[in-house]
Parts: sequence; C-alpha cells; structure tokens
Amino acid sequence: MAETCAVVGIGQTKYSATRGDVSIPGLLREAASRALEDAGCGWTDIDAVVIGKAPDMFEGVVMPELYLADALGAVGKPMMRVHTAGSVGGSTALVAASLVQAGIHRRVLTVAFEKQSESEAMWALSRPLPFAPPTLAGAGGYFAPLIRAYIRRSNAPDHVGIMVGVKDRENALRNPYAHLHIEDISFEMVAESAMLWDPIRYLETCPSSDGACAMVVADEAAGDRSPHPPAWIHGTAMRSEPTMFAGRDAVNPRAGRDCVADLYRQGGITDPRRQIDMAEIYVPFSWYEPMWMENLGFAADGEGWKMTDDGSTSFQGDLPINPSGGVLSSNPIGASGMIRFAEAALQVRGQAGEHQVDGARLALGHAYGGGSQFFAMWLVGAEKP
Amino acid sequence: MRDVAVVSFAQLPNVRSEDKRNEVEMLMPVISEAIEGSGIPRKEIGFTVSGSCDYLVGAPFSFVTGLDAVGAWPPIQESHVEMDGAWALYEAWVRLQHGDLDSALVYSFGKSSLGPLRDIMVLQLDPYCVAPLWPDSISVAALQARAWLESGHEESEMAEVAARSRRDAKANPMAQLSEERDPATLLEEPYLVSPLRRHDCPPLSDGAAAMILAAGDLAREVCERPAWISGLDHRIEAHGLGVRDLTTSPSTALAGRHAGGTDVEVAELHAPFTHQEPILREALELGPQVTVNPSGGALAANAMMVAGLTRIGEAARRIIDGSATRSLGHATSGPCLQQNLVCVMEAR
Amino acid sequence: MSDTDTVEPVRSIRAPARLEYRFTAGAAQSRFLRHLVEGKILAQRCPQCGKVYVSPRGACAADGVATREEVEVADRGTVTTFCVVNVKFAQQVLTIPYVSATILLDGADIGLMHLIQEVEADQVHMGMRVEAVWSPPEERGPTLESIRYFRPTGEPDAAYESYREYV
Repeated sequence: MAETCAVVGIGQTKYSATRGDVSIPGLLREAASRALEDAGCGWTDIDAVVIGKAPDMFEGVVMPELYLADALGAVGKPMMRVHTAGSVGGSTALVAASLVQAGIHRRVLTVAFEKQSESEAMWALSRPLPFAPPTLAGAGGYFAPLIRAYIRRSNAPDHVGIMVGVKDRENALRNPYAHLHIEDISFEMVAESAMLWDPIRYLETCPSSDGACAMVVADEAAGDRSPHPPAWIHGTAMRSEPTMFAGRDAVNPRAGRDCVADLYRQGGITDPRRQIDMAEIYVPFSWYEPMWMENLGFAADGEGWKMTDDGSTSFQGDLPINPSGGVLSSNPIGASGMIRFAEAALQVRGQAGEHQVDGARLALGHAYGGGSQFFAMWLVGAEKP
Repeated sequence: MRDVAVVSFAQLPNVRSEDKRNEVEMLMPVISEAIEGSGIPRKEIGFTVSGSCDYLVGAPFSFVTGLDAVGAWPPIQESHVEMDGAWALYEAWVRLQHGDLDSALVYSFGKSSLGPLRDIMVLQLDPYCVAPLWPDSISVAALQARAWLESGHEESEMAEVAARSRRDAKANPMAQLSEERDPATLLEEPYLVSPLRRHDCPPLSDGAAAMILAAGDLAREVCERPAWISGLDHRIEAHGLGVRDLTTSPSTALAGRHAGGTDVEVAELHAPFTHQEPILREALELGPQVTVNPSGGALAANAMMVAGLTRIGEAARRIIDGSATRSLGHATSGPCLQQNLVCVMEAR
Repeated sequence: MSDTDTVEPVRSIRAPARLEYRFTAGAAQSRFLRHLVEGKILAQRCPQCGKVYVSPRGACAADGVATREEVEVADRGTVTTFCVVNVKFAQQVLTIPYVSATILLDGADIGLMHLIQEVEADQVHMGMRVEAVWSPPEERGPTLESIRYFRPTGEPDAAYESYREYV
C-alpha cells in the first residue's frame, strides 16, 4: 500500500486583486519560501517540484513550469505541471502526495498559483465559441442555472445563499491572508448587492485574486522530524466525469459522491458529520456550500441548506466550513483548491491562528472544477493514520 | 519499485492537418485501439491521465472535451498534465506504485495546424524580458544549433541525421514525412533560419496517441511480452538560454543515469531539430551499436504533446514485438531541450 | 545607500499577443451546423445507451463510443433551468439583462443552451415551453446563431417530474 505521508510546511501569499509588487516567480517564491521555512528545510532538501494552475491563458505564459524552474529551485530535479480546471490546486497537491506515497521522493514542494491581474480571466473564460450564440458570461453563467435547479429541488429559502456570503466574509476577517476584508459585512449588504447572474448576487460570488499557496509534503520519517506538528494524510481521492451526457446530474454529481466515498473508506469514516471536525471546501458561489454539504454526505439530499441556516457551518458551529473565508474571500483560481487543502492541514496542525477551530483533529480539503465534473479531496489528521 | 509495463500503444497517423476531425473524434479511435490492444476491459482500467496544451487549441480547458473520448462513466480516477503525454505516463507510473490500482490509460493529443506554432511557443519564454521580443521557436532552436556547431561540429552531421530519419520513416506508416535524400544534396538547400535548413526542422503535425500500462500479474496475463519499465526519470534545467551550456543536455544525462539507461539496443529520442539528436546521444552515452529513432523520430512526425509519448510507445513496441530486449524512450519539453524524460524498458 | 533603494519600481509592462486560430468543428458538428441552414436540428443517438445527443459531438461521453445514427429533433422544448445575466463584460454583444437557458428539445435527452426572448426576464421560469425563432433562410449560416433565440409557445408548463432528470 501507499507510504504514509504528511504536510510539514505551508506557505501562502497575501491574496489581493493585484499583486503589482511581485512578478509571477516572485509571487510563487513568496509562498514557497514560507512553506520551506515552516518545514524547517532548505531548497536543497526538496527532491521534486509539482506546480499547478488554471489555464495558461490567465497569465499568457505557456507551460509556465519551464519559466518557473529557476525560481522554485527545481534545476536538476523533476518538475511537473498539473492542470485539471478549478480542481487543479487540489489535484496538484494529490500528485505531490502521490510521489511520496509511491516511495519515490522524501520531500516534494508543491505550489499552485494564479496571477489573474496579468491577463483578463473573464475574457479567457467567456471567449465566444465559433458557431454558437454568445450565451455565456463567465463561470457564473454556467453555474447559476445549476444553483436554480438546486433551489427548486430542495425548496431552500432565498436567504441561505446570502447567509453563506456573510459567514465566509466574516470568517475572512480572522484570516490575514484573505483578499476580501469587508469590515462592515452584513446580511443587508449581501442581499442588496447587484443580481449578476440571477439567482447569484454580486456578494455571493468569489473575487478575482492574485496569489500562491505552497506546501511541503514529506514521508513518514521526515514528518516525524518536522519542527512543527505535521498534518498526516489519511486519504486522497480524485474522480472525474464528462461535462455533458444525457441524464447527468450536474447539481449533485456522482463524481463528487464517489470521490468522497473513496476518501471516507480510506479514512475509516462512517459518520462524517460526527467524525470530521471541519472542512475547507470549494465554494465559488455561495449556494455551493449547501450543495456540497449534500454531495459530501454531511447532510441528506435536500437538507444541506439547513446546516447553513441553523449555523452548523459557522465558525462556532459543529462543522465549521471555510473558517479561512473560503473561495468567496480569496480566489487565485489555480491556487484556490490548494488553499482548501492547506487550510485543512493548518487546522489539524493547530496553526490557523485567529481562525483556528478548537479541537480540530481531522479535516477535509475539497476542490472541484470544470462543469462540476472534476473532484479532488484529501483527509488530514493530527494523528498518524 | 513495483513492476509496471507498457502493454499496448496506439497512435494516429501524423498528418499536416486533421481538418475533418475535432480532438474527440481523433481520440476516440486511438483510445479504443489502445484499450482493445491491451485486452483489459475499458471499465476496469484503474487510472487515466492525459497530456495536452490549451494554447495549441486556442481555448482554455481543451483537455475537458478530450475526456469525452474516454467513456468516463461511472466516474473515473483521472488527472491531466499541461505537458507532453510522456509526463502523463510518468504520473500514471507513479500512481501505479501505490499498489491499489493495476492499470492505467495514458493519452495525449495535439494539433499544430490550428494556430501559429512558431509564435505560440514564444509564450513559453520569460514573459517579461524575452517573450515580448518574439523570438520564434525555430530561431531559438537555431541559437542552440549555432552554439553546437561552434563547439566543433559540422552541418553535414545534421544533414546525416535528417536523411537517416526521413529514410527510416519510410517503414513507419504513422510518419508524416519520409523520403530518400542524399545528405550532400540537403546541404545545397537554402537556410530557413541559419544555421537551420528546412530539413533540420520537424514537420508541423496533428496527432494523438494512447498507451495502456499494467502492473505485475495483470501485465503478464494480458501481454505476451510486456515492455517492463525498469527505470523512469525526468529532470529540468534552468530556463534562461544564457545561463545554460546549450551544447550539452545535463538534464538528459541526469535522467538517463537515474533511469539506468545503459545497454539498450534501441533508443527513440525526442529531438525535433537535427542537431539535438547528437546532443542527446552524447548525454545518454549511446554508442554506435544503438539503433536511434528507427521510427524516423520527431523529424518525421512531431505532433506537439504527443511526440514524446510516441517515442516511448515506439520503444515499447520493439520490446512487445520481440525485436528488442531493452529499449529507451526519451521525451523533451521547453526551449532547447530544457526538460527531459527517460524511460527504459526491457523484456523479462 | 545605493540607487536601488530610491529608483521607482517597474510594476507592469504591456506585452500584447495576437494569435489567430482555425477551429475544427469535426464531422458530427459539421453535419449539425449544415442542417441548421435548412432549419433542421440534427441529433445523434448513442448505440449503447440509446440517448439522443444535441448538439451532437460525435461521441457519447458516458460510453466513450462514436454516435453515428442521426435523428431529427423538434425545434421546441422545455426550459429546464436558466439564468438571468446582469453582468457586463468585455466583448459582450447582448444587452443586459438577458436570459440564457438550458432547453430540453422534444426528442432529445440532453439540454441545449440558448437565449430566451420575447418575454420579460422575470417571467421566464423552469418548465416553460419554448420554440425556436429562426433567422430568415437567406440569413442562415452553419451556426447555432441561425436560431436567433427561443420564445414562449404559450403551452401549459411541463411538469417538473418530466424534466428534473435533465437539469
């Protein structure tokens, strides 16, 4: 079976709309240097580098691992670049972990990033397709109809989406790295924000951010010697399904359900709501919190919104979701999935600072991408598996 | 390491322009052929991973539609690298080392016919200081060729590589460019970008390839002579052309040493430009007894993101068909051989 | 101290790139597009699961097999879900708000994305029956824009159960 491995170092940049003070390599190095420092190791202790990001068109650099090899100390080492749409940050962490689980490397540096300010992401996502009417307007145009379908299925009240928008921005105030720090965030502010892609309001959407997140994934021996508590990996899983096929349930996709079932099997989880202490999940539009609560087995079908409504997913709730502020507060697209994985690891290491969840011992990191068709997840714990 | 082998490989014939078929329509037959060739039922394949490049298509997420050719239902364990398919193979091989899955589908596709490839590749370069100057990909390769010639080589060596590759390609039905030419007459041709002549450069190709890997007993069960992977490694060099000695390929040498690339009978080297073949031969210490690029190599067919995986597929094929007992497949990425992968395979 | 402490940092440069691409529609989509010129909507049936795909892409993504059998589907159907777009972005050609909907054409097993017009955005709803409004024959081309948009037919709404699996 796969070798035991752990996260021993985590580094994040400050997320913001424009990190004009750093170049692309400077941005990655900021995160990577912090991860190495946290892991108590230097560049020469790293055996391989795995990077991930969303489409190359977001920065206009083709296959950027080539350009970034020097800045990430990869010269003379194996270096890879993963791209699995929005789930890429998670998938990248999984590929890095896979190298250690396979027994090939001792310490792998993994970095995911996006510097959206260097290009026009909205353009890259809504580029008109030949032979088709210009119906889409960014990712919101794709996901809004699915959200509408969820609301219809579950009869969820309209205020649930607004509540998530408020909660995640309140959480972000406890996270110094978060992009959005809206000090006076309120229910009214979200409710009254413009309806962009009905039923999605402006403050129910994620921002567009520059940023990078890095981790050092290490084998058991290196984990045992790490200067700070490691986050032990209890399970890793990925699943994909096609974007469009007849009869596909894009609201509650089977790929997500299968993925988490695999993860829970690896982690010995039979009652996720009780056994898992917190989760960082990929919520780019507020309604995806209740939708994923169902997909991840934390709530029965049609009941996910009740967890938001009754406060279960709040910072003080029994299953805090996205105490970092989530994708709704920071969204360097390619890194957003890795941030979820890293924040889950921070929590079980007890290093989440002001947004630390008391007693977090087992945490879920989740990312999804494409038309809700690519899923990547991991389960991390304070104890060895 | 766990024993993992290539048990099946399929590729499309390389052509200048696949203008009738989109990527899915190209991938479907080649993936089906690889799967059927392996004898492993499609729904039992444990892991799937692909390699492709959005900028070749001019659209983001181009790999997403590629997935339509796989039949990913019920959902599958799947990943993608924005790299040549050879690195997808690497990811699959790593995943199979975990021990819980026994087989993997690896595929890649690339159409050079859709956009201006020479310019697209410029966007691989330093985006602040180099790419804005638009040094196209052939000019960048010419810089390396010049450095290599100045280090004590002759243009005739390049012409020999071109003539031999295109001649060998005549036996390869998948090749795009094959011809019988006298190296001496090739040297009478004008320069394209000095010191490169047209024959020193690869053709623009559209193509796709798929491969099935299987571990241990499954490989033995489905394949008479599996191409067992005895070593697989890849390394990257610094990006800036000015900080590298372009006349050598230290990353290839390093990957070759880690992969144990000695005593091979056949080597398929991913050398899109003629001068790169001798650089790679030297880095891998391949003697004159080693048959290099019997398929014609990338000089005969160079579908981007596919040509590297194809080198490994061609090297594997020679184990599977019994014509060799130990072979080497190599893939490269980036300007002037910046990143290199070596896969050594053998019969057991 | 050296000059590096006082020099104004360069924070950005403009590096325009222009790359032109040709697009390959592929065999299945080409036939679909050619039929639009005739005012017909061509779909394909999967030989394994029997589902009818429109627009056809030559493959059943679930089975990974080629779809060759062609069937014509109606130019009317049911809105399974939709979104009202109120966001402005570069290169937008439509005036906001506009409705972009998933329409399950009668005879098809998968929704088609298109615009809903001739109705106020706030009147559009799930289950609404709609029909295609075609461009005049002389203005049609091999593009889905040969259907200008869909509009309500006035028929009673389709029952939720009849389309809920196609959202």
